Amino acid sequence: MAGSESQVLSDAWHRLRRNRAAVVAAAILAAITLLALFAPALSPHPYDHTYWDKVSIAPTLSDGHLFGTDAVGRDLFVRTLHGGRISLLVGIAATLVSLLIGVGWGATAGYLGGRVDAVMMRIVDILYAIPFVFLVILLMVAFGRNILLIFIAIGAIKWLDMARIVRGQTLSLKRREFVEAAQAAGVSSFAIIRRHIVPNLLGVVAVYVTLTIPQVILIESFLSFLGLGVQEPSTSWGLLVADGAREMQNAPWMLLFPALFLAVTLFCFNFIGDGLRDALDPKDR
Amino acid sequence: MLAHSVKRVVGAVPTLFILITLAFFMMRLAPGGPFDAEKALAPEVQANLDRIYHLDEPLPAQYARYLGNVVRGDLGPSFQYQDWTVNELIARGLPVSLRLGVTALVLALLLGVTAGTLAALRQNAATDHAVMTAAMTGISIPNFVMAPLLILVFAVWLGWLPAGGWSGGALRNMLLPVVVLTLPLVAYIARLTRGSMIEVLRSDYIRTARAKGLPERTVVLRHALRPALLPVVSFLGPAIAALLSGSLVVEQIFGLPGIGRYFVQGALNRDYTLVMGVVIFYGSLVIVMNVIVDLVYAWLDPKVRY
Repeated sequence: MAGSESQVLSDAWHRLRRNRAAVVAAAILAAITLLALFAPALSPHPYDHTYWDKVSIAPTLSDGHLFGTDAVGRDLFVRTLHGGRISLLVGIAATLVSLLIGVGWGATAGYLGGRVDAVMMRIVDILYAIPFVFLVILLMVAFGRNILLIFIAIGAIKWLDMARIVRGQTLSLKRREFVEAAQAAGVSSFAIIRRHIVPNLLGVVAVYVTLTIPQVILIESFLSFLGLGVQEPSTSWGLLVADGAREMQNAPWMLLFPALFLAVTLFCFNFIGDGLRDALDPKDR
Repeated sequence: MLAHSVKRVVGAVPTLFILITLAFFMMRLAPGGPFDAEKALAPEVQANLDRIYHLDEPLPAQYARYLGNVVRGDLGPSFQYQDWTVNELIARGLPVSLRLGVTALVLALLLGVTAGTLAALRQNAATDHAVMTAAMTGISIPNFVMAPLLILVFAVWLGWLPAGGWSGGALRNMLLPVVVLTLPLVAYIARLTRGSMIEVLRSDYIRTARAKGLPERTVVLRHALRPALLPVVSFLGPAIAALLSGSLVVEQIFGLPGIGRYFVQGALNRDYTLVMGVVIFYGSLVIVMNVIVDLVYAWLDPKVRY
């Protein structure tokens, strides 16, 4: 049993490594993540320090202002990477929130089945029809704009897809021999879900996580762009793009660098997600 | 069929109810009222304001009043735009938003279905790869990045098109906003069409049609297209939701006087009733459109029988 399971995974791994787009995307993403992590160490300039004598200077190699400075004289290279750190953090944290709720909800509904399943999935159906982006904006208006709230709110909307996918997988998993064996041995439902169902959901969940992170980054950037997300002096890619859009006549670099980082990151996540899906489910293509 | 339709329509009621309830309590449980100003108001002014807007009543009474008003289609007065009701503001912005949205949706369907079908017919050939790469680009570049980039190139650098403004909906003013709204939808629709078209083209009845010696054109347009469009139909619901949230960005950045602009301004100014009203209006629109799309799907798909 375990043998064939790991065989599937290692086949998938081989297929993924042959997918050049996905491999390149992963490498670029790793580079962006490392840059964002070590941003402060890479540049002599703090992200929130204003150089009054160097407002809106174009990208230059001297002084270490690689991407130039913004309209109030802050180093754009450090700000872009700092923004990336916030965007990636929100993306990953909110996805984890959605992962926890979604996997718990979906696995429970799928495993218990019957009326519990019907009620739980009906709730998902009802919530699914609500356009939550608008409610998240409402939440930001009502409770002020802080990062913690942003990723809890986004995580709380994104779990619905996860719950549906996980439930579907669980329904097929629970008829497998090793689950029946555990049931026959008298293991409790909770322990079976935790020990036997959830670990076997890994492949599907991995694909879904790589596709959810960019969606979350997008929502966060969207909110920040509208001025309803991350607040100054902290920043995120969405906020930097908004600042850049205001200054693009005089200082187009303020728009171009953050926009490039954001678009490339979203690109990479989408390529990796698609690659993983093709690798795990070779029927298509 | 009729029973199914009734069931779907009734099924939307709890969703609408939850939407309104969530919106109401989020706003009312928020720290600080809508009239919190830098300078404290005189107590009697505060009391008068509270009375006029019924903020002095207990929460359940306020909730019942609001729910009753919403059911009757009255979203209340705007806090920020004095002398305007939320209904009037929505009515004022609607023509602009509607015109943008409908144009974008129609264009997206035409271009997306065409590109997806062409890609499917030349699966794994150069056309296919080109369409799919373009689609990935369309999906990956968010509208709030696309919009300023297009303005930078076509308005600032080339000077061909205005950077913003509505001018009564002139073509020149509509062009960039519509492109920004359309591109991501074209991308999704092309991907969906390609996927389902490939599947449909492999099916037995298509092989039969080809074996009969029908021209490829007839096979694709008369036999394959309709079933291949089913996933596109079910994507219309999310597409409309995407258009509405996209309109927030587009109307804001191009300075177009639509509902989305009022909404964003309202959100930044903490205009509670306006924000709540637009959320409920847009939310209801999405929910109702989803029901309609479901019914159309059931009507189109011979496999769905109730």
